[in-house]
Amino acid sequence: MSHNAVVIGGNRIPFAKAGGPYAEASNHDLLTAALDGLVARFGLAGTRVGEVAGGAVLKHPKDFNLTREVVLSSALSPATPACDLQQACGTGLETTIYIANKIALGQIDVGISAGVDSASDAPITVSDGLKRALLRANRARSAAERAKALAGIRPRHLAPQAPGVAEPRTGLSMGEHQALTTERWGIGRTEQDELAAASHHHLAAAWDDGFFDDLVTPYLGVAKDAILRPDTSVEKLAKLKPAFGGPQGTMTAGNSTALSDGAATALLASEEWARENGMPVLARFVDAEVAAVDHPGGDDLLLGPVAATGRLLARQGLTPNDFALIEIHEAFASTVLATLKAWEDEDYCRGLGLDGAIGTLDRARLNVAGSSLAAGHPFAATGARIFPTLAKLLHERGPGSKGLISMCAAGGQGVVAILEAV
Amino acid sequence: MSALEKAFTSKPGKAIAAKAGLKDPPRLRRGRTWPEGAIVLAEIGDGSLARRTLTLLGRSVESPVVDDGGEPTPGYGARIGALVVDVTGLTTIPQLEELRAVLRPAVKGIERAGRIVIVAHPSAGDWEQRSVARALDGINRTIGKELRGGATTTLLHVAQEATPGDLVSTLGFVLQGRSAFVDGQAWTVAAAEQPAETLQERPLEDRVVVVTGAARGIGAAIARTLARDGARIVAVDIPPAGEALAQVANEVGGTALQLDITAADAGAAIAAHVARSGRPLYAVVHNAGITRDKMLANTDASRWASVLDVNLAAQMRINEVLLDPATEGGLADGGRLVGIASTSGLAGNKGQTNYAASKAGVAGLVEAMAPDLAERSVTVNAVAPGFIETEMTGRIPFVQREIFRRSNSLSQGGRPEDVAETIGYLLDPRSQGVTGQVIRVCGQNLVGA
Repeated sequence: MSHNAVVIGGNRIPFAKAGGPYAEASNHDLLTAALDGLVARFGLAGTRVGEVAGGAVLKHPKDFNLTREVVLSSALSPATPACDLQQACGTGLETTIYIANKIALGQIDVGISAGVDSASDAPITVSDGLKRALLRANRARSAAERAKALAGIRPRHLAPQAPGVAEPRTGLSMGEHQALTTERWGIGRTEQDELAAASHHHLAAAWDDGFFDDLVTPYLGVAKDAILRPDTSVEKLAKLKPAFGGPQGTMTAGNSTALSDGAATALLASEEWARENGMPVLARFVDAEVAAVDHPGGDDLLLGPVAATGRLLARQGLTPNDFALIEIHEAFASTVLATLKAWEDEDYCRGLGLDGAIGTLDRARLNVAGSSLAAGHPFAATGARIFPTLAKLLHERGPGSKGLISMCAAGGQGVVAILEAV
Repeated sequence: MSALEKAFTSKPGKAIAAKAGLKDPPRLRRGRTWPEGAIVLAEIGDGSLARRTLTLLGRSVESPVVDDGGEPTPGYGARIGALVVDVTGLTTIPQLEELRAVLRPAVKGIERAGRIVIVAHPSAGDWEQRSVARALDGINRTIGKELRGGATTTLLHVAQEATPGDLVSTLGFVLQGRSAFVDGQAWTVAAAEQPAETLQERPLEDRVVVVTGAARGIGAAIARTLARDGARIVAVDIPPAGEALAQVANEVGGTALQLDITAADAGAAIAAHVARSGRPLYAVVHNAGITRDKMLANTDASRWASVLDVNLAAQMRINEVLLDPATEGGLADGGRLVGIASTSGLAGNKGQTNYAASKAGVAGLVEAMAPDLAERSVTVNAVAPGFIETEMTGRIPFVQREIFRRSNSLSQGGRPEDVAETIGYLLDPRSQGVTGQVIRVCGQNLVGA
């Protein structure tokens, strides 16, 4: 019944700024490209895979079956089933956990997790007023009734509705929420800019080393992450104006993630399947935990992962020092910094129901190949970007090396997972 | 397409061009197809190798019409598909007349895209014998230039000890459409220890073949053709070409390996990729190449170095790693190595000193490696493409391109699959006796050897 779920590898397309090179590409196009690159890397053309789980945060209604449709467009066997999952920015990690769990339970031998988002191709919908009038007209039994229904449309109903960026229960955008957290935890401008600069430098170094040669396949002529600025510096970042938190705010466009387009995939399998099929085995999926905070009640919106980390580490009997590498998703530089402060805060952790502080992280182990500030953050894709990246990094460090992934998500949620190199 | 090219390819344009002597080029026969008409076998002297090989190929043969000097010249009733002349017993100058006597009716009566094949022994023996052997070469090259309608000619030097089992893949390739763009060429088939087996539909079934530069053009065609022949393709190209590479790999059911072949660990990366599959590495086709064209007067050190490194030095380094018996995922005994030379390298080409150096270097490399690897039954060969219709040559200005195209005996550019088919022939397990050869796939380009 219990199998080792292992990471074989991954593939993503380079990420790019919304409205950039992928402006005309849909979620379907982006994810198909990422999936086909994965299929090519591991020779899966025509193969029936146990299941593909994918998702997108910004999703058109017509894409209700996005992942299955992508499978049909890909080189995989059309007999490969798929499902869509969505957990805001945690989606790409949650799909991976879903596939890993199915493998661990012996329900499938091999599966693919994925995530995609196109902020360029965000769904524009009609207003509720227009929608109600149109539906009424559709139900009408006579021309007169139909005319009456349509007569109810007012000019104000005609404005298209872009997807909301605000938290429904607080009306605050994610950046505004994070500005409150930044203030509350006393996160300074310089440390945010330092973290952002390090993210760019780490990602650039990894590209230069060829680290991504077997993790990324170019798309539409883009061969490298297009948001990456290898030559940025703390000095350059210091010149940017605040974007959140008012004129005295410390959060800028440079230390916040950009709206991005991209897609990522990861290939997982039981260890037996991987060995039998001549596949590389990078790391074993160990465990995962999801948590949520009461942000409408005043909790920090993006610190959901702290409780998840505390509970997961307690369950596994681990401390931060037991991890060779830690990946904390850089929604904002201050999110990472506040998360690390929260880990060290005895009272805060006890308030979450933990036994005490989680501990202090050796910063040399954090996001060593760059993260979302430099790579970009196509919401649902990020988890599926980090998972194989961390697996490869751990594998390079040798068997037994452990890694932790921590991802914040809208709705006050956090998704956390542990990997161990094989 | 330029305005000039549009005008040229329009109906009235074609009519005018035809009047000027620029006719539509002949249509070539391609793929695993045999000549339509009869295969005629002529034997000069007492050799029977060609006859026995044709029997192994399952082809029935007809007797030749011989020009006895009478008037009018005797001819064939229906057009013949091919003439195979076994001259393994030909040793004297007077015997060349016997060759003329069978060639004359054949060149008049051969079908479109037919084949003339001369099967000889390698040059050896006394002064006259060696002179006669060389005479065959002159005859072969000249027939190639005189044949019309896409028909080709080939001279095969077959070792004294060679058996039909050694010749079967070669004669099959030459007679079939796979050799469409190979014309006026001569190469050698040695004796090897192998079973007498006829042509296989999928000779590379389940064999792992690495193809570099596989994302597009000739490399993609090589991947497709070898996959058709059963190979499991490892498609290699530089990371920026990954999108096209993935498409090729998925199309042929192979795997994509994004890799810069000039990287120090490129050979190790290929070996590691192959080792994981658990299957032995059967062949490497070193197709990746670049051009950095400039007249020598304008060629700096960087243009020089990059072309020589990608086109020549990289494959040497990779071969060294893959040939090391200690390398897991290295080349198996009985394996195949193929390099891509170029007619530019063999004949020289203005503005391509660096490229010509690298491509002639490839020819030198395979000639040097072949004898050294014979005891491991690894064959090492090269193909030398002439003008091939690819995205790259499509960027040559139209008039220049049209001149290049027509500057060969078949009056057209070759297709990427013509190069690929020749490589498929070299990779055939039954081509064990073909090693150290450089085969031009150039339609008998007018320049060069």
